Amino acid sequence: MFEITLGHYLTVAAILFTLGVFGIFLNRKNVIIILMSIELMLLAVNINLVAFSAHLGDLAGQVFAMFVLTVAAAESAIGLAILVVYFRNRGSIAVEDINRLRG
Amino acid sequence: MILSAIAFYGFSSVAIAAGVMVISARNPVHSVLFLILAFFNAAGLFILMGAEFIAFILVIVYVGAVAVLFMFVVMMLDINLVEMRQGFLQYLPIGGLIGTVLLIELIFVVTSWAVAPESGGLLAAKAPALAEVHNTEALGRLLYTKYIYLFQGAGMILLLAMVGAIVLTLRARPGVRRQRIGDQVELRREDVIEVKNVPTGTGI
Repeated sequence: MFEITLGHYLTVAAILFTLGVFGIFLNRKNVIIILMSIELMLLAVNINLVAFSAHLGDLAGQVFAMFVLTVAAAESAIGLAILVVYFRNRGSIAVEDINRLRG
Repeated sequence: MILSAIAFYGFSSVAIAAGVMVISARNPVHSVLFLILAFFNAAGLFILMGAEFIAFILVIVYVGAVAVLFMFVVMMLDINLVEMRQGFLQYLPIGGLIGTVLLIELIFVVTSWAVAPESGGLLAAKAPALAEVHNTEALGRLLYTKYIYLFQGAGMILLLAMVGAIVLTLRARPGVRRQRIGDQVELRREDVIEVKNVPTGTGI
């Protein structure tokens, strides 16, 4: 109970990942919340990577977590830019209204 | 020992509660603020694990850049909050079902795995002893030597994301007068000034 092992961190990461998946299904109208749910899932993945890195004494996991962070930042920047352009064209950000690729 | 246990349970419970609020908050601005809270507590968990550098990067990059970007976009878009909530209960059963199944699967994975005994020899980059090299320095030594090409590739990805975001959102609105330096420099005297030779005593 008072000894914090790898399993504790993995459980927290599993719960956060599930919350992210749940959020994607729950907020079908709001793309911003869906993007935030994806960020939550990436955070859970990072917790897993760093937990294993700390447990096994292997720094490569932390390096990989940094690359995941980089890609997550790039992804959210592009995603939000697409969202802004989409809102300008259609006046809505609901997922079911997104049915065309041209701007 | 008990202090780190208290810190772990505190950080993780606040992070999970903030995660719940992110997906269930009524107002997207509140969602972003709870996302920031979740990131801060995850950074606390990283510090407990001994990964200070990732924790600082998480606070600087996520809270300082990504969450603020979300905040900008949420406040820039004039969205109808009531309309956003429609269908929330409609998707609750299927989402709950998939979430529960996924959580049970993950709990099975977490409770039943074991580290292979020969995995000690498979380490890609063994962490040096903490007394000799601290976490940030060890990470830097690794990142700038062994993973230098990947590091530069990550920089290119960020550059690409920046260029892509600018190209996507930049627009030329009609009816807006703006300064175009190129046009001003390109301008020749002959194009704008016409010299008329006016004879004395007559009009033009």
